[in-house]
Amino acid sequence: MDTFGLLANGLLAALQWQNLLYALLGVTLGTAVGVLPGIGPALTVALLLPVTYRLDPTGSLIMFAGIYYGGMYGGSTTSILLNTPGESASIVTALEGNKMARKGRGGPALATAAIGSFVAGLIATIALAFLAPWVVKVALSFGPADYFALMVLAFITVSAAFGDSPLRGVTALFIGLGLGVIGIDLQTGQARLAFGIPDLLDGIEVTTLAVALFAIGETLSIASSRTQMKEEVLAVKGSVWMTLEDWKRSWGPWLRGTLIGFPIGAMPAGGAEIGTFFSYAAERRLSKHPEEFGHGAIEGVAGPEAANNASAAGTLVPLLTLGLPTSATAAIMLAGFQQFGLQPGPLLFANNAPLVWSLIASLLVANFMLLVLNLPLIGLWVKLLTVPKPWLYAGILSFATLGTLGANGAMSGRLGPIPFSFELLILLAFGILGYGLRRFGYPIAPVVIGLILGPLSEQQLRRALAISQGDPMVLIHSPIAITLYIVAAAAVLIPLYFRIRGKGAVLSQMASDED
Amino acid sequence: MNKLLLAALISSAIAVPAFAADYTIMAPAAPGGGWDQTARSMQEAFQAEGISGNVQVTNVPGAGGTIGLAQFVNQSTGNPNALIVGGYVMVGAVLTNASPVSLANVTPIARLTGESDVIVVPAASELKTVDDLVAKLKADPGSVSWAGGSAGGVDHIAAGLFAKTVGVDPTTVNYIAFSGGGEALAAVLGGQVTVGISGLGEFDAQIKSGDLRALATTGSARLEGSDIPTLGEAGVALVVENWRMVAAAPGITDEQKTAISADVEKLVTSATWKQTLETKGWQDMYLSGADFDTQLAADIDATSAILKDIGLVQ
Repeated sequence: MDTFGLLANGLLAALQWQNLLYALLGVTLGTAVGVLPGIGPALTVALLLPVTYRLDPTGSLIMFAGIYYGGMYGGSTTSILLNTPGESASIVTALEGNKMARKGRGGPALATAAIGSFVAGLIATIALAFLAPWVVKVALSFGPADYFALMVLAFITVSAAFGDSPLRGVTALFIGLGLGVIGIDLQTGQARLAFGIPDLLDGIEVTTLAVALFAIGETLSIASSRTQMKEEVLAVKGSVWMTLEDWKRSWGPWLRGTLIGFPIGAMPAGGAEIGTFFSYAAERRLSKHPEEFGHGAIEGVAGPEAANNASAAGTLVPLLTLGLPTSATAAIMLAGFQQFGLQPGPLLFANNAPLVWSLIASLLVANFMLLVLNLPLIGLWVKLLTVPKPWLYAGILSFATLGTLGANGAMSGRLGPIPFSFELLILLAFGILGYGLRRFGYPIAPVVIGLILGPLSEQQLRRALAISQGDPMVLIHSPIAITLYIVAAAAVLIPLYFRIRGKGAVLSQMASDED
Repeated sequence: MNKLLLAALISSAIAVPAFAADYTIMAPAAPGGGWDQTARSMQEAFQAEGISGNVQVTNVPGAGGTIGLAQFVNQSTGNPNALIVGGYVMVGAVLTNASPVSLANVTPIARLTGESDVIVVPAASELKTVDDLVAKLKADPGSVSWAGGSAGGVDHIAAGLFAKTVGVDPTTVNYIAFSGGGEALAAVLGGQVTVGISGLGEFDAQIKSGDLRALATTGSARLEGSDIPTLGEAGVALVVENWRMVAAAPGITDEQKTAISADVEKLVTSATWKQTLETKGWQDMYLSGADFDTQLAADIDATSAILKDIGLVQ
């Protein structure tokens, strides 16, 4: 049977009422846990595993996939409304999305996130169905040296894309890189910069840092400047829905975000957040309204949101074809497969074809459900913004604290007889750092990006050099790496070239782009 | 439904001990991993077999289980209802992290399950047998790159012991650590490294599909119905098995220890547990009492020696 026939059969199975019910349960739960910081889709699926043990395998896997997609949707809501990213993949969304919400454009921001996620989920799921075997071959050909080249490209494009001053952007990036060194070094097992504190051995948790810098830092900064309290926040300015202009500015980023997110999600060492960085950097370069970036540009929400949903579908490529989990949620879904005696991998498509195809088909169904569930809720969500500021920020503070406690807040520290949570201490300390950065005009996102990319690039570089026994030529040995370096060099040199030529309209255009 | 679930999520996440909990099992790892699955399987079997009415599982992830272990010792001393899951990885992590708390600080009850490592090469590799690998390793140790789990973990230890057993200096082993068996699998499949060494479960599907060739397992005996030789059969006198155990709190009385051991024995002989072993593909390696204490001491000594040989522990 060809792929179309298999997919049609899968759709028939997914549309059975009990499977629809599982999908609905999954997306509802997923959206709920995505909205709550600290409780991510990984933890939810892990806790549900023992419960689903006696259910039928197709139904429970459909529910897990629904939770995964739902979590990706829900994460954007708190990022946009409360500037509190619930998971690392929605950090970038907070940058422009929250600015939009402050200007009374929360409705369009949520709508472009929801519709963008839908479009990306749809295209990426279809790509999963038709291209999986091919995509996985490409993804596997990425060696450590190629990943390192990809990280170099990310550093170069991303550090130029944030903030108005390159120097401040790079300073913030280096703070993040410094924080990324903390913890056990994977290659040697030695602790670095942990100062004998066991809680630091696993390094700084990305979501804790993000919530601290974004939410706590901002709360402190609002509390410290009383004059701002009088500024009126408009919940809704203009329409709650996207205008024609919004649609025109969104569809390009949706498609580009999908194109960037899907392959990066499929890479064994990719990860959803890296796709969102690339998408943001690309949109900023390509936008006709670069001056709006940093002040609520809709492209900066549309692109990254599409990218993170596309990469969620991308993650399923190596999971289903190789049995290779590339995210925490995928790892637990793998455990879910094994619970039913199924081994994802090269034989799964051959041995359990009906199950795989109904899973893929139910992803399409779940995607439709999410759109239907989320669009009507937007009107309700933006009401949150009319809450008086003191209440709103008190709420954000307790929300952020509870989320951190729930995710990693074991009472592992001890001060005399009183146990305390070390993770909360970290949250507060970085909250103060976030306040300081804001106070002196440093951008915040590069700190988080440094924490994510730093350890990845270091490990890949050292793996590449270890495999080649110290020969640096390995770094430019493969066509993939060479291509990536050429793109990176172009990203640096082309603006420089125009600047040196120094005359004509091009320069003034570039100058206003970069200001 | 959502509210109920949320309440359950929060209460289990922040580890509030429930009222009538007979046992609280700590999994010193994030949800989803081997220790977590062991703890949750124990929970299910304890309850299904009526050995214990109400069992809670708490997750305290971090640093190869040593963060959970430290917290367990701190907070559960003398508590006869507290259990912790652990394993071979913890033995190494205690040493490499110079953890102030070790397995000597808890009351080991029994070894439960185990898994051997398997040494694999890509299907296109020139290495066909263990002898080929030994020859290549002896000729130029650095030219053999080994992909496996984190540094100082069971995969790294197995690679080091392999070199030592065949007479190659273990410090010259070119071991590339990946953050999990999955990433190591990608590196082997992509031909980025010479060999892969990790738990059999990580590579099983690719071995069956023919994408990877298994040279040998590190177990003491062949798996039922498997045509993969053990290292012993292939001429390398080495056995490395990654086992998982359960321990009780420090400071409990001998009577309490006996009672817990009896409950665990009921658990491992139950039909539910046997069913779990089968679906998860875990080997039964149940060992308790004085035999386990002796074995544990021997494993700790051997691990400490090889970690010094590799140079991870001074």
